[in-house]
Amino acid sequence: MNFTLSEEQTLLKDSVAKYIQNEYSYETRQKIIKTDAGYSAENWSTFAELGWLCVPFSEDEGGIGGGPIETMIMMEELGKGLVVEPYLSSVIIGGALLSKAGTAEQKAEWISGIIEGTKKVSFAYNESQARFDLHNVETSAVKSAEGYVVNGSKSVVLHGASADGLIVSVRTSGDSLDADGISLLLIPVNADGVSVKTTRTLDGHRAAEVSFTNVTVAAEALMGTEGKAASVIDAVADEAMLALCAEAVGAMEKLYKDTVAYTKERKQFGVAISIFQALQHRMVDMFTAHEQCKSLLLRAVLSYDAGDVDAAKNIAALKYQIGVSGQQVAHEAVQIHGGMGMTDEMSVGMYLKRINVINTLFGNADYHLQRFIAM
Amino acid sequence: MDIQFTPEDLAFQKDVRAFLADNLTDEIRGGYVGGHVDPGVMIRWQKILNKQGWAAPNWPESYGGTGWSITQKYIFENECAEAGAPAVVPFGLKMVAPVIYSFGSDEQKQRFLPDILDSNVWWCQGYSEPGAGSDLASLQTKAVLDGDHYVVNGQKIWTTYAQHADWIFCLVRTSSEGKHQQGISFLLIDMKTPGVEVRKIDSIDNQHTLNEVFFDNVKVPVENLIGEENKGWTYAKVLLTHERTAIAGVASSKKALHKLKEFAANERVGSGSLADDPLFNAKLAKIEIDLMALEYTELRAIASVSAGAAPGPESSILKIRGTEIQQQVSELAVEAGGHYSHVMNDGEAVGNDVAWTSSAKYLYGRAATIYGGSNEVQKNIIAKMVLGL
Ligand SMILES: Cc1cc2nc3c(=O)[nH]c(=O)nc-3n(C[C@H](O)[C@H](O)[C@H](O)COP(=O)(O)OP(=O)(O)OC[C@H]3O[C@@H](n4cnc5c(N)ncnc54)[C@H](O)[C@@H]3O)c2cc1C
Repeated sequence: MNFTLSEEQTLLKDSVAKYIQNEYSYETRQKIIKTDAGYSAENWSTFAELGWLCVPFSEDEGGIGGGPIETMIMMEELGKGLVVEPYLSSVIIGGALLSKAGTAEQKAEWISGIIEGTKKVSFAYNESQARFDLHNVETSAVKSAEGYVVNGSKSVVLHGASADGLIVSVRTSGDSLDADGISLLLIPVNADGVSVKTTRTLDGHRAAEVSFTNVTVAAEALMGTEGKAASVIDAVADEAMLALCAEAVGAMEKLYKDTVAYTKERKQFGVAISIFQALQHRMVDMFTAHEQCKSLLLRAVLSYDAGDVDAAKNIAALKYQIGVSGQQVAHEAVQIHGGMGMTDEMSVGMYLKRINVINTLFGNADYHLQRFIAM
Repeated sequence: MDIQFTPEDLAFQKDVRAFLADNLTDEIRGGYVGGHVDPGVMIRWQKILNKQGWAAPNWPESYGGTGWSITQKYIFENECAEAGAPAVVPFGLKMVAPVIYSFGSDEQKQRFLPDILDSNVWWCQGYSEPGAGSDLASLQTKAVLDGDHYVVNGQKIWTTYAQHADWIFCLVRTSSEGKHQQGISFLLIDMKTPGVEVRKIDSIDNQHTLNEVFFDNVKVPVENLIGEENKGWTYAKVLLTHERTAIAGVASSKKALHKLKEFAANERVGSGSLADDPLFNAKLAKIEIDLMALEYTELRAIASVSAGAAPGPESSILKIRGTEIQQQVSELAVEAGGHYSHVMNDGEAVGNDVAWTSSAKYLYGRAATIYGGSNEVQKNIIAKMVLGL
């Protein structure tokens, strides 16, 4: 057993941490989220130059063969900086779908585009009736002479409007709740019949409501085996959850540390409010919650990396606990900051919003508690 | 001791329902911007209430109150909330008016109360300062007497809706002698006076409610002083306890829970609905039980006040539990709304109704345990004043 990072891993962590420290202040981030695009194209090129966009891809694909541990390291640091660039949606989720299910041609075109920073993809999986069930798919793809005709709509697609390609879960057979009969199609975002409406989410990120009206796609758009995408989607969802939870753990660390620092500065009744035991104990609880979540994160990441049979159960446990503890830490941070916690001027409120979004993505705490019980 | 409504109470309930059916239009009910009721809509509603003579149920009858029994007030509040009526802006009707009718001069009562009753004048509350939040008594905004007026200098912060306000009621320092509490006065200031400047604070919910208010050599006539100089703290304490009972929001939490139940029954999950989810139902039930207890705690407190007792430190319980419950309801609404709860409601509506408003309410709702004296401060009060610790 060994919990220490390798030399390369330490370098990766330091490189992201240093970038956040020097280039990604909260004020800079607030400016970025006010722009139309909602992320900085310049930062994205920098990420490519720094080699971050290739981390999870194998050497054959042009990457460095990073695994869940490397992703965890990066996401934890990105979480501390509240980074809004579409790293999770395009590199982690989009990249994993391409790696696991893409054809040789798709990989050649899209993975190299992602690594170079010239192409981005988003996974359009969520439907308004589906709640958190990834297999609840009603968007249909019907076989045609050229390939498929797609009809339906997807909701809250992360960074959908800034993506070049959408990887869409579609039903090619079966009923809306069947795991069997789901396929993945890679559709250019500017294809005829695709309509993308951008929305802003609370955390300053962008999402999109996407609808498909008689969209004709070639047979080559299919990723993997027709009707058999459910297991790919589940595996990618596990990786997405590990990444999101790592991001949340980074955010929780920042929240408890910022709160401790604030209470040492803020004076009321002639003393620093940090001396009140009513607050001290709660900051201890915040610290403990962060440590416990970090432990579950390591447990889940290491078991997934090792291919353990209980990896999926560990991930459900992690996602549940992050949902509960992340919110607890964020609520306490705002409360202990008093009025200042309610402003946009201080970052605590933004961490709270990001943690809330993370809780919902790929299923909230209750959803994963129920999965855990059933496992 | 009994809890039955009398035939008179039931008749009153019928009257209230009829009034609401006639006057509470969809436009007023739906007048939300973000998680807040549109200020213009609140005023319109308050004017309708006043036409009926129901704008100020808690005022003494001689100043325009309704003379209702506690049961009637309870019925009125519940019916209004259940029908989806907007909450009343508290600053005039619920905060400054009780101070004016309790401690103001006859001239001040005549000058200010009728316009408050008819919502012609918008008030805001100028208590907190950057250095004086929980420790309110350490406030530094100074008022120096100069002939027939005070000259005010300093800064207030977190002033809700100062951007709409015509008047601000302020705690100011008139003396630095003795204990902090002893040198504070209660001053009414016209926001149009030269030297008053309002600056917006960007807040967590992206709505504009919070402001800073700056005073730069602001001349305030002495006749705007309430009661005696340096007694302002005593007056403010009375107001604060009123604020704390008003803050529990039992009726509106009940309404929000009802709405949430309805929503859950219609929200598809697989082949059923969210209302089939045992974990969701357990959360709903726990909140409901808390609320059942708080409703009676509040009734007991109101009963003892109407039997002549002043609202005491027990009002802190109502504030603590009431705000915690409000927050739990709003958290559960966000949860119920699913992915759509996180779409910002600043454009064309997407998703469902609950999700569309839930996050703004949730985010602003974090403040409920901070304002009106934070919940930590309330616990300090109970520890000291009730438990004698
Ligand atoms: C949305 C909103 C609207 C508001 N509207 C108004 C308004 O209209 N007018 C107005 O005058 N004010 C208003 N306020 C201000 C509000 O009353 C103050 O925010 C509140 O009194 C807390 O003060 P503070 O923000 O300075 O926090 P601080 O006093 O700095 O407190 C920070 C934290 O320390 C805790 N703390 C402080 N002292 C103790 C102690 N002795 N023991 C244990 N814990 C302690 C607090 O509970 C809090 O968690 C509003 C605030 C908000 C958030």
